Amino acid sequence: MKHVIIGAGPSGVIAAETLRKVDPTSSIIMIGDEPEPPYSRMALPYYLINKIDESGTYLRKDAAHYGNKEIDVIRDRVSKIDTKSKCLSLKNNDKVDYDKLLIATGSHPVSPPIEGIGLPGIHSCWTLEDGRNIVNRAQPGANVILMGAGFIGCIILEALALRKVNLTVIEMGDRMVPRMMDQTAGNLIKDWCKKKGVAVHTSTRVDAIEKGSGDSLKVKLDNGEVLDADLVISATGVAANIQFLEGSGLETDFGVLVNDRLQSNIPDIYAAGDVCQGKDFSTGEYTVQAIQPTAADHGRIAAMNMSGKDTAHQGCVNMNVLDTMGLISSSYGLWMGVDGGESVHLCDNDRYRYISLQFEDDILVGAQALGLTQHVGVLRGLIQTKLKLGKWKNHLLKDPTRIMEAYLANTQAIGHNAGVI
Amino acid sequence: MLRSLQIEPEKCTGCLQCEMACSYQAEGVFNPSKSRIKIFSFHEEGRFVPYTCTQCTEAWCMHACPVEAIVLNEATGAKEVIDDICVGCKVCTIACPFGTVNYNQDAGTVYKCDLCGGDPECAKACPTQAITYVDSDHGGLERMRAHAAQNLPQDSAQT
Repeated sequence: MKHVIIGAGPSGVIAAETLRKVDPTSSIIMIGDEPEPPYSRMALPYYLINKIDESGTYLRKDAAHYGNKEIDVIRDRVSKIDTKSKCLSLKNNDKVDYDKLLIATGSHPVSPPIEGIGLPGIHSCWTLEDGRNIVNRAQPGANVILMGAGFIGCIILEALALRKVNLTVIEMGDRMVPRMMDQTAGNLIKDWCKKKGVAVHTSTRVDAIEKGSGDSLKVKLDNGEVLDADLVISATGVAANIQFLEGSGLETDFGVLVNDRLQSNIPDIYAAGDVCQGKDFSTGEYTVQAIQPTAADHGRIAAMNMSGKDTAHQGCVNMNVLDTMGLISSSYGLWMGVDGGESVHLCDNDRYRYISLQFEDDILVGAQALGLTQHVGVLRGLIQTKLKLGKWKNHLLKDPTRIMEAYLANTQAIGHNAGVI
Repeated sequence: MLRSLQIEPEKCTGCLQCEMACSYQAEGVFNPSKSRIKIFSFHEEGRFVPYTCTQCTEAWCMHACPVEAIVLNEATGAKEVIDDICVGCKVCTIACPFGTVNYNQDAGTVYKCDLCGGDPECAKACPTQAITYVDSDHGGLERMRAHAAQNLPQDSAQT
């Protein structure tokens, strides 16, 4: 059996390793188009603050790892898939044929439709190469404008602030991380950043970018303001890398359409990670979840199915954790709530602490937290096991911080409940 | 032979000796807030429940880590955080469905129970044997059965 994986991110690497484990005699080829060994984009913010060097971003630390596992890594870009002859064309004109194919090509930063977006000095923060460019331009005292206060924008704020640049954030939405946190939390994050000396404009758009004097840029906002910038970072969202699939016969929407085996409409082709429009645990709908835990789960499950070990995908819980200049936020599942559901919010504005829980009947279906670093994962456990909270739902409505107690009381043999003493 | 922590909440008096021992072993200070094992209090019932990482087979934390900073110690079965490699992205803290991987903001890394390399201090410190370090096969299947049976609806429990 010859397995070919397009993409060398977390999904591709985990799929390759899983395949080696469950299909030991197969041949495995992984194709990635970046020059570095497979690395994690999650680690880039920590590279920007010099907490790690480039090798600290690598998904696997042992240089011989892929060789030892007989995973053949090809550095090239796939330009075309011929699904009839089961053959890939690479950019250097090589051909690679496959028995089973995994598409794990990830996503790319979306360029907002703004005049001047192609000027030098405007970078996204997505690849190691982007990271190097940002490090070069973000010198102490430089004027840096960050377009987009989504997950990526927020997570690199600290790195930029530590480089002692003058930082301005422009966000279209009415708060920070609008797709991850509600009004209360999004605005607390905004207040936090402002307190730390970052200028934050929400409900504001960049209209155009023009060349200024020397290497600098002029950024025109829709409120009439014009800002000088030495560096503009574009972090306005990502989209799945499906362009190269055009004409291949593979069905796509926001990502590659798959069934609950992560199998595409063409039986020998599977998809995983950011490029895959997979099942969402909470809604049952098929959506793109561009997050690390989903990439890892997809990689493993797709590999099982590729090797003939039928494995259903139960759906991934959407979840995020974000560190915005030291303020840690997290959100899970249906954090925005459900019709007919109940919710509880507890907020301490002065200390930037917030927790909000969303219930459907006596089951937790979504949650958000600010400043919570202890036992936060149990929120996932409560949501994904659909644990019936019973009387503990009322306890949580009174004190939503008692999430661990709610879990333990319903799952552990406590005192006389144990029934064995 | 692989061993694991067996926790019997009904024997716990809430004395927090385990938290002190864990904190001292792991961080060099007597500070329960730094402990890897935690005692949860149920004041209304007058009960205490020690809880920490079960070193689960699924190892959600280890598989979610993007930089291979959580590894299996094959001698003890523990999933251990390598501090030098952890970048502090916290993905493991939201991925662990038991809530037993936590973030240390001062250190910028995550921490979890590592079974003290095979000689857990919490078990040694517990004066009532609520926490013991036993053969993994011992497992407490009878306890689990009794507890599960109690939670079943009346009619299905009889069949």
